Amino acid sequence: MRNGHDLSLVKMTRKISLETYLYILPALFFLLVFLFYPTFYTLYLSFFDQDSSTFIGLSNYLYLFTHREIFLVFRNNLFWLFLFTATVVGIGVFLAVLSDRLPYEPVIKTILFIPMAISFTAAAVIWRFVYFYRPEGFPQIGLLNTLLVAVGKSPIAWLVDLQVNNFALIAAAVWMWTGFGMVVISAGLKGIPNQVLEAARVDGAREWQIFWHILFPLLRPVLIVTVLTLMINALKVFDLVYVMTFGNHDTDVIANRMFKEMFTFGHFGRASAIAVILLLLIVPVMIMNIRRFRREEVL
Amino acid sequence: MKGLRSTCLIFTLGFLISLPLPSFSAQKEKMGSVHIMGVWGGEELNAFREVAAGWEKETGGSVEFEGTRDLAAVLRARVMGGHPPDLAILPNPALIKEFARKGKLKPLDTVLKIPQLRRDYHDTWLHLGSVDGTLFGLFVKATIKSTIWYPPKEFAVKGWETPKTWRELVSLSDRIVAEGKVPWSMAVESGGASGWPASDWIQEIFLHESGPDLYDRWVDHRIPWTHQTVKSAFEKFGKIALSHGYVAGGVQAILATHFIDGSYLPFLKPPMAYMVFLGGFTQVFIANQFPQLKPGEDYDFFPFPAIDPKYAGAVTGAPDGVVMLRETAASRSFLKYMSLAKAWEPWAKRGGFTSPSLSMALEVYPDPLSAKVAKLLTTSSIFRFDADDLMPVEVQKTFWKGIMDYLRHPENLESILKRIEEVAREAYR
Repeated sequence: MRNGHDLSLVKMTRKISLETYLYILPALFFLLVFLFYPTFYTLYLSFFDQDSSTFIGLSNYLYLFTHREIFLVFRNNLFWLFLFTATVVGIGVFLAVLSDRLPYEPVIKTILFIPMAISFTAAAVIWRFVYFYRPEGFPQIGLLNTLLVAVGKSPIAWLVDLQVNNFALIAAAVWMWTGFGMVVISAGLKGIPNQVLEAARVDGAREWQIFWHILFPLLRPVLIVTVLTLMINALKVFDLVYVMTFGNHDTDVIANRMFKEMFTFGHFGRASAIAVILLLLIVPVMIMNIRRFRREEVL
Repeated sequence: MKGLRSTCLIFTLGFLISLPLPSFSAQKEKMGSVHIMGVWGGEELNAFREVAAGWEKETGGSVEFEGTRDLAAVLRARVMGGHPPDLAILPNPALIKEFARKGKLKPLDTVLKIPQLRRDYHDTWLHLGSVDGTLFGLFVKATIKSTIWYPPKEFAVKGWETPKTWRELVSLSDRIVAEGKVPWSMAVESGGASGWPASDWIQEIFLHESGPDLYDRWVDHRIPWTHQTVKSAFEKFGKIALSHGYVAGGVQAILATHFIDGSYLPFLKPPMAYMVFLGGFTQVFIANQFPQLKPGEDYDFFPFPAIDPKYAGAVTGAPDGVVMLRETAASRSFLKYMSLAKAWEPWAKRGGFTSPSLSMALEVYPDPLSAKVAKLLTTSSIFRFDADDLMPVEVQKTFWKGIMDYLRHPENLESILKRIEEVAREAYR
């Protein structure tokens, strides 16, 4: 069966004629103009100085890898990559499995999904209010600090305190994306045949065992897609940081730094070098994603 | 001001607004029109229109104003393309110098009467607008940074006196702390421009301690950031910002509070702090937040105290200067008109305007406080432009960040200054 399927594919590829190329020409054209050209031009610019007039080799890259500020930028993105992805998936699975057993599932899911419908900038503004800080002894107007003070704790400058500010930003992003994680995972959950679970229960499996030994393995493909999507978003994060802290107080991330180099400092070379690095970081994730798609298609 | 400026930037997304002004009398056709560029829009532009209308009525000419928030870039492009406007109002003396040195500006000495200007302006203003002894820029409007705002009634009740010297300032702060109160409110949050209010502290201390010559050298990067004078300015600033009990809420509050919110604390009932150092525009913030308070009675300011008596009365701020790029009958006439303080009276009456000209009668200002700001500005013997605004933008941003780092880790001052110096070395090349 498999072999026959493959053979027909081979036959199909042989049939590609000149006409076929004509059809893909417009798409190819747009791909060249809007994807290949900018990508390679960015790569080209990254070897030049501030105003793209003098070739300076790898100096921009050297600069990026030798400065503490930039080191912090990469560190922060690493935080984002792991914490953001893990938390969204973790909470997503938790909520999907639980809401699956609740009577008002659609209502609950809708409520949890709403943050996803808010623009990043609006969400950032909302969370700025949640984190709003006033010194101890002043009336607090931020939600979190009001709660802290109500239970007799000192208020925390969430966006300024170096111990917590990166986590505060990530928490806001998690709030936005958890709905997405939950919905996708929940859809995967629905695809698991009930008989399997019932069979396990009949065999005397406890709910925890069912989760770890049946649900989790069957959910794996869905989880991987979710994780990859979230990872790309973690690497690209910009809006939240731009609005909430502007990258001040050691919260800068790659995309925001790129924006600063480009539009604030007018340093085309460095901005391009950062763009290239960001691209290189995202490429492996994309490859994994594409591989998955291919495998699923073949199946 | 930077915070305001960046907010304005957001609002003027399509950042070129061409707004031709209507001409009033078409009979005297021969004067023609004058094309002028500047950064003003909204309320400021309306006020300027009123100023221009005076000239239009008098001469029959017409004024076409073109406003853009990105004036430096747009004007540079126009000049390079050979289509400069007749006049421009520049918010940055560095730009005046740059254009003058490239021969793009017409000297004003031949158009304006110098003896008259000498009577109207303190020397420091004419000097600031001159390049190699020739006058190229005439300053018509200015904001001032050297003001410390306080509640006078509270001071009177407590028996505190406004300090005239740095030593008095520190001892007053100590006294307020000893009486169980908090002397200072300080706030540097300002979005992408966070840190600038603290950079005003540094420039003010630097000017008062090391004087205008070293100040110019610091701004032009002819002394390194690791120079003793810069270090000392940071340390003196740290004395206020970091001394225990000096600032409401301490370092976290300084970093986390928006600068406008910070300006309210001394005027709450009861006050949460007693002094705040912020530019002349603070009057507008206070008036908007506390409309029931009377300017001059419930809130007032004292000038930044003297550190070295030689430089007492020195002032920093940001003036707007008129330059001439094309000499026509109309541009000469409008320039002459704008050089007279009388021309700007309509704007002064509206408020939010301070003239650096001595001939602007203080009675014109709508309240005693704005008159007091004007007096400080016109009579100061030493005026210097906002330091960080004159520096390359990368240095400016690193400077702002450096101050915030210093507030967190004052022990790292050495390495913070080294880092700014590193950026400066590259940026000034």
